[in-house]
Amino acid sequence: MITLLYFARLREAFGMASERIVLSADTRTLEGVRTMLAARGGAWAHELTAGRAFRAAVNQSIASGDTPIKDGDEVAFFPPVTGG
Amino acid sequence: MAVRVQAEDFDVSAEIATLRKDNPRIGAIASFIGVVRDLNEGDSVAEMTLEHYPGMTEKSVEEIIMQARGSWQVMDALVIHRIGTLKPLDQIVLVVVTSAHRGDAFAACEFIMDFLKTRAPFWKKEQTGKGARWVDARAADDAAAERWQKQGE
Repeated sequence: MITLLYFARLREAFGMASERIVLSADTRTLEGVRTMLAARGGAWAHELTAGRAFRAAVNQSIASGDTPIKDGDEVAFFPPVTGG
Repeated sequence: MAVRVQAEDFDVSAEIATLRKDNPRIGAIASFIGVVRDLNEGDSVAEMTLEHYPGMTEKSVEEIIMQARGSWQVMDALVIHRIGTLKPLDQIVLVVVTSAHRGDAFAACEFIMDFLKTRAPFWKKEQTGKGARWVDARAADDAAAERWQKQGE
């Protein structure tokens, strides 16, 4: 199981702030998780495609597509930040 | 070094007094205060709501302060960022840096603010006359953060 968190525009588009999912055996990277989520279609496919502006963090550090994912990780997807 | 995320307003004088208390080695204190404007992208803003990623926010700002400490002589640093609903004129963010000399204090304060804008997981949603909208990240903020990397090369 991994914990998924969504923030700001993505939280609203997906209609949820968090969920827990079981990793499929062949999902070992952040790109794998993104592909899994985008395959749900609808807002998931729309928001999590390469052309959209989104960022991701693994265990609260900014991550890239090749960042490894393992059981127990906290993975977050969110828009580019706009604080300050 | 302290990082605080809070809904409440902050008192700049009181925060600075606490940060410099009983430290006669401090010769310079630089501070930055970000406040809510009533105009963005040509539309009037009635109020905005700030959300963040608890845990990652504190961690990322602490990392930014550590980076500043690696580049300049910094005695102490404080970052306060507000969340929740804010109105024009409200204070949003405070960065204070203490140092022996002004050059280090100014530079570290600006560096922390530039990186906070592009790295710390905060998001603003504005309430305008045209309805509510998420604020888009600005390319200008990315450029401001990148310029520090160029200086370091």
